[in-house]
Amino acid sequence: MKLKLHVWRQKGPNAPGKLETYEANHVSPDQSFLEMLDEVNEVLVKEGKDPIAFDHDCREGICGMCSQIINGMAHGGQDRTTVCQLHMRSFKDGDEIFIEPWKAKAFPIIKDLAVDRGNYDRIIQAGGYTSCHTGGVADGNALLIGKEIADYSMDAAECIGCGACAASCPNSSAMLFASNKVAQLAVLPQGQVEAKRRVVAMLDEATACGFGNCTNHYECQAACPKGINVKFIAKLNREYLKALLP
Amino acid sequence: MILDGKCPTGPIETSWDRHRFDTKLVNPANKRKYKVLVVGTGLAGGAAAAPLGELGYNVEAFCYQDSARRAHSIAAQGGINAAKAYPNDGDSIYRLFYDTIKGGDFRAREADVWRLSQVSNNIIDQCVAQGVPFARDYAGYLDNRSFGGAQVSRTFYARGQTGQQLLLGAYSALSRQVKAGTVKLFVRREMLDLVVVDGVARGITCRNLCTGEIETYWGDAVVLATGGYVNVFYLSTNAMGCSVTATWKAAKKGAYFANPCYTQIHPTCIPQTGEHQSKLTLMSESLRNDGRCWVPKKKEDCEKPAGQIAEEDRDYYLERKYPSFGNLAPRDIASRAAKEQCDDERGVGPGKRGVYLDFKDSINRLGQATIAERYGNLFEMYEKITDENGYKQPMRIYPAPHYSMGGLWVDYNCMSNVPGLFVLGEANFSVHGANRLGASALMQGLADGYFVIPYTVGGYLATVKPGQVKTDHAEFKKSVEDVNADIKKLLSINGKKTPSELHRELGKVMWNNVGMARSKESLTEALKLIPKIREEFWNNVKVTGVGEEFNQQLENAGRLADFLEFGELLAKDALNREESCGGHFRTEHQYDDGEAKRDDENFCYAAAWEFKGAGKEPELHKEPLKFDNVHLAVRSYK
Ligand SMILES: Cc1cc2nc3c(=O)[nH]c(=O)nc-3n(C[C@H](O)[C@H](O)[C@H](O)COP(=O)(O)OP(=O)(O)OC[C@H]3O[C@@H](n4cnc5c(N)ncnc54)[C@H](O)[C@@H]3O)c2cc1C
Ligand code: SF4
Ligand code: FES
Repeated sequence: MKLKLHVWRQKGPNAPGKLETYEANHVSPDQSFLEMLDEVNEVLVKEGKDPIAFDHDCREGICGMCSQIINGMAHGGQDRTTVCQLHMRSFKDGDEIFIEPWKAKAFPIIKDLAVDRGNYDRIIQAGGYTSCHTGGVADGNALLIGKEIADYSMDAAECIGCGACAASCPNSSAMLFASNKVAQLAVLPQGQVEAKRRVVAMLDEATACGFGNCTNHYECQAACPKGINVKFIAKLNREYLKALLP
Repeated sequence: MILDGKCPTGPIETSWDRHRFDTKLVNPANKRKYKVLVVGTGLAGGAAAAPLGELGYNVEAFCYQDSARRAHSIAAQGGINAAKAYPNDGDSIYRLFYDTIKGGDFRAREADVWRLSQVSNNIIDQCVAQGVPFARDYAGYLDNRSFGGAQVSRTFYARGQTGQQLLLGAYSALSRQVKAGTVKLFVRREMLDLVVVDGVARGITCRNLCTGEIETYWGDAVVLATGGYVNVFYLSTNAMGCSVTATWKAAKKGAYFANPCYTQIHPTCIPQTGEHQSKLTLMSESLRNDGRCWVPKKKEDCEKPAGQIAEEDRDYYLERKYPSFGNLAPRDIASRAAKEQCDDERGVGPGKRGVYLDFKDSINRLGQATIAERYGNLFEMYEKITDENGYKQPMRIYPAPHYSMGGLWVDYNCMSNVPGLFVLGEANFSVHGANRLGASALMQGLADGYFVIPYTVGGYLATVKPGQVKTDHAEFKKSVEDVNADIKKLLSINGKKTPSELHRELGKVMWNNVGMARSKESLTEALKLIPKIREEFWNNVKVTGVGEEFNQQLENAGRLADFLEFGELLAKDALNREESCGGHFRTEHQYDDGEAKRDDENFCYAAAWEFKGAGKEPELHKEPLKFDNVHLAVRSYK
C-alpha cells in the first residue's frame, strides 16, 4: 500500500520545527510502524537527505523507548500497544498519517521525534525505591505476600516509563507514572516503611520537573500502552493524605 | 600462552567463602577516593553500580539509551533460577551447579559456576526486599515454574516480564544511589574506546549521542556490562542498539575475546515474515512448559491448516526424540531439532521455516484462563505480530539468534587480562560454557553485579593508588583523536549503500554459514565473504549528516564497522573448534543419531583470542578446563 506521512521535523532543541510530507510507497501489512519508517529513512539516506530521528530500541513493547504521537494519539491509540508493536495492517492504502513527538514542556525535544525524558528518572530518584542495602536482607519467603497483593503490585509495576501519560494529559501531569510506583511499593510489606516519605518526595519532584496536576481527564489511562489503571492515582491520593496526617 | 583463571583451589563448596576472606579490603574512609566507571546499566551493570555506590565508591554509570531502565535486560520474559528448593523437589546448590555445567556442555569453569549457584539464593531475597512483585501462590509463598534443561522447578518469575521487574529493581537501587550522590548517571552515551595506560585500564571515551561531543572519563577501574553480540546476525531477539562495540573496542586495546563462536539460537521465536523485518521476537521458553512442539508427519500436510491434521499425523518430535525431557529439552537441542524437521521439508507457515507450538492439550486440561494467567502477555504479543490467535490455533515458531555465551575473557574475579578492566553479565564468557540454560542469564547478571563485583573490584582497588591517571593524560587525548578520525572517515565515504543494507548482508552470511549448523566449508566461505562486505562497507557506505549532532545513521554505521571485524573472529573461532558442543554444532562432528560430538581430548579449553592489529591473524590463548567435581560425560537428555 501507499501512504502519505506528515512528520514533525526539528533540527535541535531550540530550532523551529514543522511538519514535512513524505511518501511511503511499498508498505506491507506485515510491517511494523517503525519498519515502515525505517524504509522511508532508507530512501531519504540514499537521496542524501536527513533521515527522521526517532527513539526505539527493543521493538517489542517493553523498553519504553519508542514515543510518537500518531494521528493525534500517543502510540497510535491502539489498545495496549506501543508504537513499535503497531502493525501496518491497521492502516489502509492511501491513508495520511500525522507523526509528532511527545508534547510536554517537561519532555524537551532533542531532534525530530526524539525527546528528553530525564524528568521521569528524576521522579524515581526522588523516592521510587525501598532503601534496602545490598546483602543482609531476609529470606524471600520470610514475609508472606497474598496473591491478590502480589498481583495488584504487579499490575502497577508493568509501567514501561514511556511518557505517553504525561504527553497525552492536558495538564502534562505525570501522575499515572508516579502513582503506579507509589502503589506498587505501598501495598508490599517491604515498601510500607517508607511509604509516607516516598509519596511526598515523588510528588514534589514531579512538580519541580514542571509536570502539572491531575484534574481527572483520564487521557493517561487511554494512552497507556500497558493499560495502567487510574485507580492507582486514587491510591496515590490516599497515600498522600495519609502522609499529611500526623 | 596458557591462561590461568586463578580459581581458588581446595573443596569447591567453600571456594567462594575462602576467596572472599582472602580478598583485600579498602578502608571505608578511603572508598570515596576511588572512582569506578560502569559501562552498561542492565542487570549486570545496574546491579554492580548500585552496591558499589552503597559501599561508598564514586561511581559513574553509562548507557546508550535515554534511561538506565531501558537496557535490554528489560525484555527478558521467562524467569530467573535459584537453588532455593522451595518446592522440595530435590534441588540444591549442587544440582543447579551440575545442571549449569552439563547444560553448557562441559565448557565452563567449575568454580565460577559453583559461585553462581551459591549466590543465586541471595538474589531472590534481594529482589524481594526491593519490592520486585514475583508471582506468589494463594498462601503468599513465592511460586516456581520449570525451564529447559532442568527436572526441578527452580525458576522464579513475575508474569511474563521477569527481566523488566528485576531490572526495575536494580534501577531503583541505582536511582537511590543517584539521589545519595554516590552514582552519577550518563545516559545517551556510547563508549567508543577503552583507554589503557601502561597496560592498565584507566578510562573510556564516549560519544554523547545527543550532541555528538566526544567525551573522556577516567576511573581507577572500568567495569563493562554491555550485553551480548548476537546482532552480528542482523536479525535476532536483541534490541536494535545492542552491539559488540564496547567489548570489541576493549579487545582492540588488548582484552582477550573468549569463545566468540558460542552463540545461542533460541528455539521459540516468531518466524520471519519478510525482507523488511528489523528484528525477531522471542516467545519465552516457559511456553514449552505447557505447549507441545510438532510438525506434520507427512510433507503433503504442511499446507493444510493445523486443525485439519489428525492427531496420528502429527509428529511431536521433541517428545519422540527426548522422552525424558520432551518439550523441555535444552535450547540448542530444541533449535536443531526444529531445523531438522524443516530441512526435512515438514516445516509450516510462510517459506516452511516454522514448527507448531500447540497449547490445545493444556487448555483442555487447565482451561484457557489458567494458560492466559501464565502467558497472557505472550499470546497478546504473538497476536499483535502475526494477527493469529494462539489460543485457537497453534503458534508458529522458529529458532533465532538470541544470546552470546562467548565474551571477553575474565578470571575468577571477573577481571579481564587487562588489569583494572572488569567484565560482567552477557559481555563476559564465564559461566554458561557452550550453551546457556533458560533463566540463567538474569541470575548471572545479578550475581556478578550484586554479589561478586563489590568484593573483587574492592580487592583490586586495594592494590592501587586512587586517581593516578586522569583525563589530561596523553592517552586520553590520543583516544579522542582516534575516535574522531573514525567518525570522520565514516562520514566522508558517501557511497551508495546504507548501513542497514550492509548489516543485512553480513547477517545473511553469518546466519547461513555460521548459524545453527557449521562446517569447514561454510566457515571457510564466511571467512571469504565477511572481509568482502567489510571492504565494501569502507568504500561504499553512505552515512548522512555530521558528527556533531543526534545522528542515528552514524551510530548504526559505527556498530556495524565493529560487527564486520568481530564476525570474522567468530567464524575463525568456529573453524578452529573441531568439535560440536552446545550451541556450536559442526556437521562433521556428530553421532549417527545427529547428536553433538564433543572432543574432550583436544578441545576441553576456553579459546581466548588476542587482537593483533587490523588484517593480522589473531593469536589463540588457551585456558584448559578441569573438572574435579563433575564427571565429563556425553550430554544426554533422552
Ligand atoms: C528477548 C529476550 C528474553 C530473555 N529472557 C530471559 C529469561 O527469561 N531469563 C534469563 O535468565 N535470561 C533471559 N534473556 C537473556 C538476558 O536477558 C540477558 O542475557 C541479560 O539480561 C543481559 O544483561 P546484561 O546486563 O549483561 O546486558 P544488557 O541488559 O543488554 O545491558 C547492556 C547495557 O550496556 C549498555 N551499552 C551497551 N553498549 C554500550 C556502549 N558501547 N556504550 C555505552 N553503553 C553501552 C546498554 O545501554 C545497556 O545499559 C533474554 C534475552 C532476550 C533478548
Ligand atoms: S503509566 Fe503507561 S503511559 Fe505512563 S509511562 Fe507508564 S507505561 Fe507509559
Ligand atoms: S521500542 Fe521498546 S517499547 Fe517500543
